[in-house]
Amino acid sequence: MIDKIFFNFTRFSALLILIIVAWIFTVLFNHSLEAMSTFGLDFITKDEWAPNLDKFGAHAAILGSIISTMLAMMLAVPIAIGVAIFLSEIAHDKIKGFFGVSVELLAAIPSVIYGMWGLFFFVPIIRDIFGGLGIGLLAAGIVLAIMILPFMAAVTRDAMNTTPDILKESAYALGGTQWDVIKDIIIPYAKAGIIGSLILALGRAIGETMAVTFVMGNVHKVPGSILDPTTSIPVTLANEFSEADSSLYFSSLFGLALTLLIMSFVVIAVAKFYFLRKARRA
Amino acid sequence: MTAVQKRVLINKIALAFSTLSALIALGFLFWILGVLVMKGISALNWNIFIFEGAPPGNPESGLKHALVGQAILIGMATAIGVPLGILAGTYLSEYGKNSKLAHTIRDISDIMMSAPSIVIGAFVYAIVVMPMGHFSAWAGAIALGIIMIPVILRTTDDMLQLVPGELREAAFALGAPKYKVILSVVYRGAKAGILTGVLLGIARVGGETAPLLFTSFNDNFFTTDLNEAMPSLTVTIFNYATSPYEDWQQLGWAAAFILSMFILGLNILGRLILLAGKKRK
Repeated sequence: MIDKIFFNFTRFSALLILIIVAWIFTVLFNHSLEAMSTFGLDFITKDEWAPNLDKFGAHAAILGSIISTMLAMMLAVPIAIGVAIFLSEIAHDKIKGFFGVSVELLAAIPSVIYGMWGLFFFVPIIRDIFGGLGIGLLAAGIVLAIMILPFMAAVTRDAMNTTPDILKESAYALGGTQWDVIKDIIIPYAKAGIIGSLILALGRAIGETMAVTFVMGNVHKVPGSILDPTTSIPVTLANEFSEADSSLYFSSLFGLALTLLIMSFVVIAVAKFYFLRKARRA
Repeated sequence: MTAVQKRVLINKIALAFSTLSALIALGFLFWILGVLVMKGISALNWNIFIFEGAPPGNPESGLKHALVGQAILIGMATAIGVPLGILAGTYLSEYGKNSKLAHTIRDISDIMMSAPSIVIGAFVYAIVVMPMGHFSAWAGAIALGIIMIPVILRTTDDMLQLVPGELREAAFALGAPKYKVILSVVYRGAKAGILTGVLLGIARVGGETAPLLFTSFNDNFFTTDLNEAMPSLTVTIFNYATSPYEDWQQLGWAAAFILSMFILGLNILGRLILLAGKKRK
Protein backbone atom coordinates (compact mmCIF):
# COMPACT_ATOMS: atom_id res chain seq x y z
CA MET A 1 0.00 0.00 0.00
CA ILE A 2 2.62 2.55 1.11
CA ASP A 3 4.79 0.98 -1.53
CA LYS A 4 2.27 1.94 -4.21
CA ILE A 5 1.86 5.47 -2.91
CA PHE A 6 5.61 6.00 -2.84
CA PHE A 7 5.97 4.61 -6.35
CA ASN A 8 3.24 6.91 -7.64
CA PHE A 9 4.80 9.91 -5.94
CA THR A 10 8.15 9.30 -7.59
CA ARG A 11 6.59 8.57 -10.97
CA PHE A 12 4.48 11.71 -10.82
CA SER A 13 7.56 13.83 -10.01
CA ALA A 14 9.45 12.33 -12.93
CA LEU A 15 6.55 12.87 -15.33
CA LEU A 16 6.23 16.42 -14.04
CA ILE A 17 9.41 17.32 -15.97
CA LEU A 18 7.77 16.31 -19.24
CA ILE A 19 4.56 18.08 -18.24
CA ILE A 20 6.41 21.30 -17.40
CA VAL A 21 8.32 21.31 -20.68
CA ALA A 22 5.17 20.68 -22.71
CA TRP A 23 3.38 23.31 -20.62
CA ILE A 24 6.11 25.89 -21.26
CA PHE A 25 5.87 25.37 -25.02
CA THR A 26 2.05 25.52 -24.97
CA VAL A 27 1.88 28.64 -22.82
CA LEU A 28 4.49 30.51 -24.86
CA PHE A 29 2.81 29.42 -28.10
CA ASN A 30 -0.67 30.48 -26.99
CA HIS A 31 0.51 33.85 -25.76
CA SER A 32 2.43 34.57 -28.94
CA LEU A 33 -0.50 33.68 -31.23
CA GLU A 34 -1.74 37.27 -31.36
CA ALA A 35 1.63 38.57 -32.57
CA MET A 36 1.99 35.74 -35.03
CA SER A 37 -1.44 36.27 -36.57
CA THR A 38 -0.94 40.06 -36.72
CA PHE A 39 2.53 40.08 -38.23
CA GLY A 40 2.98 36.64 -39.76
CA LEU A 41 6.46 36.22 -41.18
CA ASP A 42 7.10 39.96 -40.83
CA PHE A 43 7.71 39.23 -37.16
CA ILE A 44 11.08 37.69 -37.94
CA THR A 45 11.98 39.56 -41.13
CA LYS A 46 11.15 43.19 -40.24
CA ASP A 47 13.26 45.15 -37.82
CA GLU A 48 10.90 47.97 -36.92
CA TRP A 49 10.22 47.64 -33.19
CA ALA A 50 7.96 50.52 -32.21
CA PRO A 51 5.83 49.88 -29.13
CA ASN A 52 4.07 53.24 -29.47
CA LEU A 53 2.88 52.33 -32.98
CA ASP A 54 2.15 48.71 -32.02
CA LYS A 55 4.63 47.50 -34.61
CA PHE A 56 6.88 44.65 -33.65
CA GLY A 57 9.55 43.12 -35.87
CA ALA A 58 12.08 40.94 -34.11
CA HIS A 59 14.63 40.76 -36.91
CA ALA A 60 17.21 42.92 -35.11
CA ALA A 61 16.88 40.98 -31.87
CA ILE A 62 17.20 37.60 -33.58
CA LEU A 63 20.15 38.78 -35.63
CA GLY A 64 21.74 40.34 -32.54
CA SER A 65 21.47 37.03 -30.69
CA ILE A 66 23.07 35.13 -33.55
CA ILE A 67 25.89 37.61 -34.22
CA SER A 68 26.83 38.14 -30.58
CA THR A 69 26.87 34.39 -30.00
CA MET A 70 28.99 33.79 -33.11
CA LEU A 71 31.41 36.52 -32.06
CA ALA A 72 31.69 34.96 -28.62
CA MET A 73 32.28 31.53 -30.15
CA MET A 74 35.00 32.85 -32.47
CA LEU A 75 36.84 34.34 -29.52
CA ALA A 76 36.21 31.60 -26.99
CA VAL A 77 36.66 28.41 -29.04
CA PRO A 78 40.41 28.71 -29.80
CA ILE A 79 41.22 29.78 -26.25
CA ALA A 80 38.99 27.09 -24.73
CA ILE A 81 40.66 24.41 -26.86
CA GLY A 82 44.07 25.78 -25.85
CA VAL A 83 43.09 25.67 -22.19
CA ALA A 84 41.70 22.15 -22.58
CA ILE A 85 44.92 20.94 -24.21
CA PHE A 86 46.92 22.64 -21.48
CA LEU A 87 44.82 20.99 -18.77
CA SER A 88 44.74 17.51 -20.25
CA GLU A 89 48.23 17.21 -21.77
CA ILE A 90 50.70 19.88 -20.72
CA ALA A 91 50.11 20.89 -17.14
CA HIS A 92 51.81 19.18 -14.23
CA ASP A 93 49.53 17.13 -12.00
CA LYS A 94 49.64 19.73 -9.21
CA ILE A 95 48.87 22.68 -11.49
CA LYS A 96 46.25 20.57 -13.25
CA GLY A 97 44.34 20.01 -10.04
CA PHE A 98 44.43 23.63 -8.93
CA PHE A 99 43.80 25.09 -12.38
CA GLY A 100 41.09 22.56 -13.19
CA VAL A 101 39.14 23.26 -10.01
CA SER A 102 39.44 27.03 -10.43
CA VAL A 103 38.11 26.78 -13.99
CA GLU A 104 35.12 24.80 -12.73
CA LEU A 105 34.50 27.23 -9.87
CA LEU A 106 34.65 30.19 -12.25
CA ALA A 107 31.96 28.51 -14.33
CA ALA A 108 29.73 28.80 -11.27
CA ILE A 109 30.13 32.59 -10.82
CA PRO A 110 26.77 34.24 -11.57
CA SER A 111 26.56 35.79 -15.02
CA VAL A 112 25.26 39.07 -13.59
CA ILE A 113 28.76 39.60 -12.19
CA TYR A 114 30.43 39.07 -15.56
CA GLY A 115 28.00 41.64 -16.97
CA MET A 116 28.74 44.14 -14.21
CA TRP A 117 32.50 43.75 -14.69
CA GLY A 118 32.02 44.21 -18.44
CA LEU A 119 30.07 47.43 -17.95
CA PHE A 120 32.52 49.04 -15.51
CA PHE A 121 35.88 47.74 -16.73
CA PHE A 122 35.63 46.51 -20.28
CA VAL A 123 33.28 48.97 -21.95
CA PRO A 124 35.59 51.94 -21.11
CA ILE A 125 38.51 50.08 -22.72
CA ILE A 126 36.56 49.51 -25.93
CA ARG A 127 35.47 53.15 -25.85
CA ASP A 128 39.07 54.31 -25.52
CA ILE A 129 40.37 52.09 -28.31
CA PHE A 130 37.59 52.31 -30.89
CA GLY A 131 35.69 55.41 -29.86
CA GLY A 132 31.90 55.50 -29.82
CA LEU A 133 29.84 54.37 -26.87
CA GLY A 134 31.76 51.24 -26.06
CA ILE A 135 28.42 49.55 -25.50
CA GLY A 136 27.46 47.28 -28.37
CA LEU A 137 27.99 44.02 -30.19
CA LEU A 138 31.74 43.84 -29.64
CA ALA A 139 31.48 44.35 -25.88
CA ALA A 140 28.65 41.81 -25.71
CA GLY A 141 30.62 39.27 -27.74
CA ILE A 142 33.73 39.62 -25.57
CA VAL A 143 31.91 39.49 -22.23
CA LEU A 144 29.92 36.49 -23.46
CA ALA A 145 33.13 34.80 -24.60
CA ILE A 146 34.77 35.28 -21.20
CA MET A 147 31.64 34.05 -19.48
CA ILE A 148 31.32 30.77 -21.40
CA LEU A 149 35.08 30.12 -21.46
CA PRO A 150 35.32 28.22 -18.15
CA PHE A 151 32.35 25.97 -18.96
CA MET A 152 33.58 25.36 -22.49
CA ALA A 153 37.14 24.59 -21.39
CA ALA A 154 35.93 22.21 -18.65
CA VAL A 155 33.69 20.11 -20.91
CA THR A 156 36.24 20.11 -23.76
CA ARG A 157 38.90 18.89 -21.35
CA ASP A 158 36.58 16.10 -20.20
CA ALA A 159 36.07 15.08 -23.82
CA MET A 160 39.82 15.02 -24.47
CA ASN A 161 40.44 13.00 -21.32
CA THR A 162 38.39 10.13 -22.74
CA THR A 163 41.24 9.24 -25.11
CA PRO A 164 42.68 5.91 -23.85
CA ASP A 165 46.25 6.20 -22.56
CA ILE A 166 47.31 3.19 -24.58
CA LEU A 167 46.60 5.03 -27.85
CA LYS A 168 48.69 8.00 -26.76
CA GLU A 169 51.51 5.77 -25.52
CA SER A 170 51.60 3.90 -28.82
CA ALA A 171 52.00 7.18 -30.69
CA TYR A 172 54.78 8.33 -28.38
CA ALA A 173 56.50 4.95 -28.88
CA LEU A 174 56.49 5.64 -32.63
CA GLY A 175 58.42 8.85 -31.97
CA GLY A 176 55.57 11.35 -32.06
CA THR A 177 56.04 14.70 -30.36
CA GLN A 178 53.45 15.91 -27.87
CA TRP A 179 51.82 18.03 -30.55
CA ASP A 180 51.74 15.08 -32.98
CA VAL A 181 49.88 13.08 -30.35
CA ILE A 182 47.45 15.93 -29.70
CA LYS A 183 46.59 16.62 -33.33
CA ASP A 184 46.78 13.07 -34.73
CA ILE A 185 45.51 10.99 -31.82
CA ILE A 186 43.56 12.99 -29.24
CA ILE A 187 41.69 15.41 -31.48
CA PRO A 188 40.59 12.76 -34.03
CA TYR A 189 39.65 10.36 -31.23
CA ALA A 190 37.68 12.89 -29.18
CA LYS A 191 36.34 14.87 -32.15
CA ALA A 192 32.66 14.14 -31.59
CA GLY A 193 32.97 14.91 -27.89
CA ILE A 194 34.84 18.16 -28.48
CA ILE A 195 32.36 19.41 -31.09
CA GLY A 196 29.48 18.40 -28.84
CA SER A 197 30.98 20.33 -25.92
CA LEU A 198 31.51 23.43 -28.04
CA ILE A 199 27.93 23.34 -29.36
CA LEU A 200 26.61 22.83 -25.84
CA ALA A 201 28.43 25.99 -24.79
CA LEU A 202 26.91 27.71 -27.83
CA GLY A 203 23.45 26.65 -26.64
CA ARG A 204 24.14 28.25 -23.28
CA ALA A 205 25.51 31.43 -24.85
CA ILE A 206 22.38 32.03 -26.97
CA GLY A 207 20.14 32.14 -23.93
CA GLU A 208 22.55 34.04 -21.70
CA THR A 209 20.85 37.17 -20.47
CA MET A 210 22.61 39.04 -17.73
CA ALA A 211 26.16 39.02 -19.07
CA VAL A 212 25.02 40.85 -22.21
CA THR A 213 22.12 42.96 -20.92
CA PHE A 214 24.60 45.34 -19.29
CA VAL A 215 26.71 45.96 -22.35
CA MET A 216 24.53 45.57 -25.46
CA GLY A 217 22.49 48.75 -25.43
CA ASN A 218 18.99 47.46 -26.26
CA VAL A 219 18.61 49.38 -29.51
CA HIS A 220 16.28 47.73 -32.02
CA LYS A 221 18.34 48.31 -35.09
CA VAL A 222 20.35 46.00 -37.27
CA PRO A 223 23.89 47.11 -36.43
CA GLY A 224 26.05 48.61 -39.17
CA SER A 225 29.27 47.59 -37.44
CA ILE A 226 30.20 45.49 -34.45
CA LEU A 227 30.77 48.65 -32.44
CA ASP A 228 27.11 49.69 -32.71
CA PRO A 229 24.70 49.12 -29.87
CA THR A 230 22.01 46.61 -30.76
CA THR A 231 19.84 44.10 -28.96
CA SER A 232 19.29 40.38 -28.67
CA ILE A 233 16.30 38.27 -27.70
CA PRO A 234 17.22 37.87 -24.01
CA VAL A 235 18.26 41.52 -23.75
CA THR A 236 14.91 42.67 -25.14
CA LEU A 237 13.02 40.38 -22.79
CA ALA A 238 15.02 41.52 -19.76
CA ASN A 239 14.55 45.21 -20.54
CA GLU A 240 10.99 45.33 -21.76
CA PHE A 241 8.99 42.53 -20.18
CA SER A 242 8.07 44.45 -17.04
CA GLU A 243 7.27 47.58 -19.05
CA ALA A 244 5.02 46.18 -21.77
CA ASP A 245 1.60 47.85 -21.77
CA SER A 246 -0.45 46.49 -24.67
CA SER A 247 -1.51 42.92 -25.29
CA LEU A 248 0.17 42.93 -28.70
CA TYR A 249 3.40 44.09 -27.04
CA PHE A 250 3.20 41.21 -24.55
CA SER A 251 2.34 38.77 -27.28
CA SER A 252 5.39 39.86 -29.29
CA LEU A 253 7.63 39.39 -26.25
CA PHE A 254 6.22 35.91 -25.72
CA GLY A 255 6.92 35.29 -29.40
CA LEU A 256 10.54 36.26 -28.78
CA ALA A 257 10.73 33.95 -25.77
CA LEU A 258 9.34 31.08 -27.85
CA THR A 259 11.84 31.78 -30.65
CA LEU A 260 14.69 31.76 -28.14
CA LEU A 261 13.50 28.55 -26.51
CA ILE A 262 13.24 26.77 -29.86
CA MET A 263 16.67 28.01 -30.96
CA SER A 264 18.42 26.86 -27.81
CA PHE A 265 16.44 23.61 -27.59
CA VAL A 266 17.53 22.65 -31.10
CA VAL A 267 21.18 23.58 -30.51
CA ILE A 268 21.39 21.75 -27.18
CA ALA A 269 19.57 18.71 -28.55
CA VAL A 270 21.98 18.49 -31.52
CA ALA A 271 24.95 18.74 -29.16
CA LYS A 272 23.63 16.16 -26.70
CA PHE A 273 21.95 13.63 -28.94
CA TYR A 274 24.10 13.73 -32.02
CA PHE A 275 27.65 14.54 -30.98
CA LEU A 276 27.90 13.67 -27.31
CA ARG A 277 26.00 10.40 -27.71
CA LYS A 278 28.23 9.44 -30.60
CA ALA A 279 31.23 10.28 -28.43
CA ARG A 280 29.99 8.06 -25.63
CA ARG A 281 29.39 5.13 -27.96
CA ALA A 282 32.84 5.34 -29.55
CA MET B 1 66.57 22.09 -40.86
CA THR B 2 65.93 18.36 -40.71
CA ALA B 3 62.44 16.92 -40.58
CA VAL B 4 62.89 15.99 -36.93
CA GLN B 5 64.04 19.47 -35.94
CA LYS B 6 61.05 20.89 -37.78
CA ARG B 7 58.65 18.67 -35.89
CA VAL B 8 60.26 19.54 -32.58
CA LEU B 9 60.00 23.22 -33.41
CA ILE B 10 56.32 22.96 -34.42
CA ASN B 11 55.74 21.04 -31.22
CA LYS B 12 57.27 23.82 -29.15
CA ILE B 13 55.27 26.52 -30.92
CA ALA B 14 51.98 24.65 -30.56
CA LEU B 15 52.54 23.95 -26.89
CA ALA B 16 53.52 27.55 -26.29
CA PHE B 17 50.27 28.70 -27.90
CA SER B 18 48.25 26.36 -25.74
CA THR B 19 50.00 27.54 -22.58
CA LEU B 20 49.56 31.13 -23.68
CA SER B 21 45.81 30.67 -24.15
CA ALA B 22 45.61 29.16 -20.69
CA LEU B 23 47.40 32.22 -19.32
CA ILE B 24 45.09 34.59 -21.22
CA ALA B 25 42.03 32.80 -19.87
CA LEU B 26 43.43 32.78 -16.36
CA GLY B 27 44.39 36.45 -16.67
CA PHE B 28 40.87 37.53 -17.56
CA LEU B 29 39.28 35.42 -14.91
CA PHE B 30 41.63 36.62 -12.18
CA TRP B 31 41.04 40.16 -13.36
CA ILE B 32 37.31 39.69 -12.78
CA LEU B 33 37.83 37.98 -9.43
CA GLY B 34 40.34 40.64 -8.39
CA VAL B 35 37.96 43.46 -9.22
CA LEU B 36 35.16 41.68 -7.40
CA VAL B 37 37.21 41.18 -4.24
CA MET B 38 38.76 44.68 -4.18
CA LYS B 39 35.56 46.55 -4.98
CA GLY B 40 33.48 44.23 -2.82
CA ILE B 41 35.59 44.39 0.30
CA SER B 42 36.06 48.14 0.12
CA ALA B 43 32.27 48.56 -0.08
CA LEU B 44 31.53 46.17 2.78
CA ASN B 45 30.56 47.54 6.19
CA TRP B 46 28.12 46.77 8.96
CA ASN B 47 25.54 49.22 7.64
CA ILE B 48 24.90 46.85 4.77
CA PHE B 49 23.43 44.28 7.12
CA ILE B 50 21.53 46.76 9.27
CA PHE B 51 19.82 49.09 6.80
CA GLU B 52 17.48 48.46 3.93
CA GLY B 53 17.55 50.22 0.60
CA ALA B 54 17.30 54.00 0.60
CA PRO B 55 17.26 56.74 -2.00
CA PRO B 56 20.70 57.51 -3.43
CA GLY B 57 22.80 59.86 -1.29
CA ASN B 58 21.43 58.54 1.98
CA PRO B 59 24.31 57.15 4.10
CA GLU B 60 21.91 54.91 6.02
CA SER B 61 21.34 52.50 3.17
CA GLY B 62 22.15 48.84 3.05
CA LEU B 63 21.25 45.49 1.60
CA LYS B 64 19.22 43.96 4.42
CA HIS B 65 16.13 43.89 2.21
CA ALA B 66 17.93 42.08 -0.60
CA LEU B 67 19.73 39.60 1.67
CA VAL B 68 16.52 38.60 3.43
CA GLY B 69 14.58 38.53 0.16
CA GLN B 70 17.23 36.35 -1.46
CA ALA B 71 17.14 33.95 1.50
CA ILE B 72 13.34 33.72 1.33
CA LEU B 73 13.32 33.16 -2.44
CA ILE B 74 16.03 30.50 -2.30
CA GLY B 75 14.42 28.82 0.69
CA MET B 76 11.08 28.59 -1.13
CA ALA B 77 12.70 27.44 -4.36
CA THR B 78 14.55 24.74 -2.44
CA ALA B 79 11.31 23.61 -0.84
CA ILE B 80 9.82 23.22 -4.33
CA GLY B 81 12.80 21.92 -6.28
CA VAL B 82 14.51 19.54 -3.88
CA PRO B 83 11.66 17.13 -3.05
CA LEU B 84 10.46 17.00 -6.65
CA GLY B 85 13.98 16.56 -7.98
CA ILE B 86 14.88 13.84 -5.50
CA LEU B 87 11.62 11.93 -6.05
CA ALA B 88 11.98 12.17 -9.83
CA GLY B 89 15.60 11.03 -9.64
CA THR B 90 14.48 8.14 -7.42
CA TYR B 91 11.95 7.07 -10.03
CA LEU B 92 14.58 7.10 -12.78
CA SER B 93 17.17 5.15 -10.81
CA GLU B 94 14.95 2.71 -8.89
CA TYR B 95 11.85 2.15 -11.01
CA GLY B 96 12.32 3.46 -14.54
CA LYS B 97 15.93 2.29 -14.94
CA ASN B 98 16.53 1.63 -18.63
CA SER B 99 12.94 1.93 -19.84
CA LYS B 100 12.16 4.18 -22.75
CA LEU B 101 10.19 6.58 -20.56
CA ALA B 102 13.08 6.96 -18.13
CA HIS B 103 15.50 7.75 -20.95
CA THR B 104 13.13 10.31 -22.44
CA ILE B 105 12.78 12.01 -19.06
CA ARG B 106 16.57 12.04 -18.61
CA ASP B 107 17.08 13.58 -22.05
CA ILE B 108 14.41 16.26 -21.67
CA SER B 109 15.62 17.13 -18.18
CA ASP B 110 19.20 17.42 -19.47
CA ILE B 111 18.08 19.89 -22.13
CA MET B 112 16.11 21.83 -19.51
CA MET B 113 19.28 22.18 -17.48
CA SER B 114 20.85 24.28 -20.25
CA ALA B 115 17.68 26.01 -21.48
CA PRO B 116 17.60 29.83 -21.21
CA SER B 117 16.45 30.76 -17.72
CA ILE B 118 14.79 33.96 -18.93
CA VAL B 119 12.29 31.83 -20.85
CA ILE B 120 11.30 30.13 -17.59
CA GLY B 121 10.70 33.64 -16.25
CA ALA B 122 8.38 34.43 -19.17
CA PHE B 123 6.53 31.15 -18.58
CA VAL B 124 6.02 31.84 -14.88
CA TYR B 125 4.94 35.38 -15.73
CA ALA B 126 2.17 33.89 -17.88
CA ILE B 127 0.98 31.27 -15.39
CA VAL B 128 1.45 33.08 -12.06
CA VAL B 129 1.94 36.84 -12.43
CA MET B 130 -0.77 37.40 -15.07
CA PRO B 131 -3.56 35.58 -13.14
CA MET B 132 -2.52 37.22 -9.84
CA GLY B 133 -2.26 40.59 -11.51
CA HIS B 134 1.01 41.57 -9.83
CA PHE B 135 4.59 40.44 -9.15
CA SER B 136 5.13 38.18 -6.17
CA ALA B 137 7.72 36.20 -4.24
CA TRP B 138 5.72 33.08 -5.12
CA ALA B 139 6.32 33.63 -8.82
CA GLY B 140 10.06 34.10 -8.30
CA ALA B 141 10.32 31.00 -6.13
CA ILE B 142 8.37 28.89 -8.63
CA ALA B 143 10.65 30.03 -11.47
CA LEU B 144 13.77 29.17 -9.45
CA GLY B 145 12.23 25.86 -8.32
CA ILE B 146 11.60 24.83 -11.93
CA ILE B 147 15.22 25.61 -12.79
CA MET B 148 16.41 23.60 -9.80
CA ILE B 149 14.52 20.36 -10.52
CA PRO B 150 16.70 19.11 -13.43
CA VAL B 151 19.94 19.72 -11.50
CA ILE B 152 18.76 17.75 -8.45
CA LEU B 153 17.15 15.06 -10.63
CA ARG B 154 20.39 14.44 -12.48
CA THR B 155 22.64 14.16 -9.41
CA THR B 156 20.10 12.04 -7.49
CA ASP B 157 19.76 9.66 -10.45
CA ASP B 158 23.55 9.36 -10.81
CA MET B 159 24.22 9.00 -7.10
CA LEU B 160 21.53 6.39 -6.43
CA GLN B 161 22.88 4.28 -9.28
CA LEU B 162 26.24 4.20 -7.52
CA VAL B 163 24.69 2.38 -4.54
CA PRO B 164 25.59 -1.30 -5.05
CA GLY B 165 22.75 -3.64 -6.01
CA GLU B 166 23.82 -6.14 -3.33
CA LEU B 167 22.76 -3.71 -0.61
CA ARG B 168 19.26 -3.53 -2.09
CA GLU B 169 19.11 -7.32 -2.46
CA ALA B 170 20.22 -7.84 1.11
CA ALA B 171 17.44 -5.55 2.32
CA PHE B 172 14.87 -7.28 0.11
CA ALA B 173 16.02 -10.62 1.48
CA LEU B 174 15.13 -9.40 4.97
CA GLY B 175 11.60 -8.91 3.71
CA ALA B 176 11.62 -5.11 3.42
CA PRO B 177 9.14 -3.58 0.97
CA LYS B 178 10.63 -1.56 -1.87
CA TYR B 179 9.85 1.88 -0.45
CA LYS B 180 11.55 0.90 2.81
CA VAL B 181 14.60 -0.34 0.92
CA ILE B 182 14.83 2.96 -0.93
CA LEU B 183 14.21 5.15 2.08
CA SER B 184 16.45 3.44 4.60
CA VAL B 185 19.09 1.68 2.49
CA VAL B 186 19.50 3.41 -0.87
CA TYR B 187 19.07 6.99 0.40
CA ARG B 188 21.41 6.30 3.29
CA GLY B 189 24.07 4.94 0.95
CA ALA B 190 23.82 7.95 -1.35
CA LYS B 191 23.46 10.56 1.41
CA ALA B 192 26.64 12.49 0.64
CA GLY B 193 25.93 12.51 -3.10
CA ILE B 194 22.36 13.73 -2.71
CA LEU B 195 23.47 16.47 -0.31
CA THR B 196 26.10 17.61 -2.81
CA GLY B 197 23.43 17.69 -5.51
CA VAL B 198 21.20 19.84 -3.32
CA LEU B 199 24.04 22.27 -2.58
CA LEU B 200 24.95 22.56 -6.26
CA GLY B 201 21.27 23.05 -7.10
CA ILE B 202 21.01 25.90 -4.60
CA ALA B 203 24.24 27.41 -5.93
CA ARG B 204 22.85 27.19 -9.46
CA VAL B 205 19.63 29.08 -8.76
CA GLY B 206 21.24 31.43 -6.24
CA GLY B 207 22.99 33.29 -9.03
CA GLU B 208 20.00 33.48 -11.35
CA THR B 209 18.85 36.97 -12.19
CA ALA B 210 16.98 36.68 -15.46
CA PRO B 211 14.02 34.58 -14.26
CA LEU B 212 13.45 36.95 -11.34
CA LEU B 213 13.29 40.17 -13.36
CA PHE B 214 9.60 39.82 -14.07
CA THR B 215 8.44 37.30 -11.50
CA SER B 216 9.54 38.45 -8.05
CA PHE B 217 10.58 41.78 -9.64
CA ASN B 218 12.40 43.89 -7.07
CA ASP B 219 11.77 46.20 -4.19
CA ASN B 220 14.09 48.65 -2.49
CA PHE B 221 12.53 48.07 0.91
CA PHE B 222 12.37 45.30 3.43
CA THR B 223 9.42 42.96 3.03
CA THR B 224 8.43 39.44 4.03
CA ASP B 225 5.07 39.50 2.26
CA LEU B 226 5.10 36.59 -0.17
CA ASN B 227 2.24 38.07 -2.17
CA GLU B 228 4.19 41.17 -3.06
CA ALA B 229 7.25 41.90 -5.14
CA MET B 230 10.33 40.65 -3.32
CA PRO B 231 13.86 42.08 -3.53
CA SER B 232 16.71 39.72 -4.37
CA LEU B 233 20.48 40.18 -4.34
CA THR B 234 20.82 39.47 -8.04
CA VAL B 235 18.19 41.89 -9.31
CA THR B 236 19.45 44.47 -6.81
CA ILE B 237 22.95 44.08 -8.27
CA PHE B 238 21.52 44.68 -11.73
CA ASN B 239 19.50 47.73 -10.72
CA TYR B 240 22.21 49.33 -8.60
CA ALA B 241 25.01 48.65 -11.08
CA THR B 242 23.08 50.20 -13.97
CA SER B 243 22.05 53.23 -11.91
CA PRO B 244 24.01 56.46 -12.32
CA TYR B 245 24.54 56.91 -8.56
CA GLU B 246 27.97 56.20 -7.14
CA ASP B 247 26.78 55.01 -3.74
CA TRP B 248 24.28 52.60 -5.31
CA GLN B 249 27.03 51.22 -7.51
CA GLN B 250 29.14 50.69 -4.37
CA LEU B 251 26.30 48.73 -2.80
CA GLY B 252 26.03 46.76 -6.05
CA TRP B 253 29.68 45.67 -5.72
CA ALA B 254 29.14 44.70 -2.10
CA ALA B 255 26.12 42.63 -3.12
CA ALA B 256 28.08 41.03 -5.97
CA PHE B 257 30.87 40.09 -3.55
CA ILE B 258 28.52 38.58 -0.97
CA LEU B 259 26.63 36.63 -3.64
CA SER B 260 29.80 35.24 -5.24
CA MET B 261 31.27 34.15 -1.93
CA PHE B 262 28.00 32.42 -1.06
CA ILE B 263 27.91 30.55 -4.35
CA LEU B 264 31.60 29.65 -4.40
CA GLY B 265 31.27 28.51 -0.79
CA LEU B 266 28.38 26.19 -1.66
CA ASN B 267 30.33 24.75 -4.59
CA ILE B 268 33.42 24.12 -2.49
CA LEU B 269 31.37 22.63 0.35
CA GLY B 270 29.64 20.31 -2.13
CA ARG B 271 32.98 19.09 -3.46
CA LEU B 272 34.39 18.55 0.02
CA ILE B 273 31.37 16.48 1.07
CA LEU B 274 31.72 14.31 -2.01
CA LEU B 275 35.46 13.94 -1.42
CA ALA B 276 34.98 13.03 2.24
CA GLY B 277 32.34 10.48 1.25
CA LYS B 278 34.74 8.87 -1.22
CA LYS B 279 37.56 8.69 1.31
CA ARG B 280 35.48 6.92 3.87
CA LYS B 281 34.73 4.07 1.44
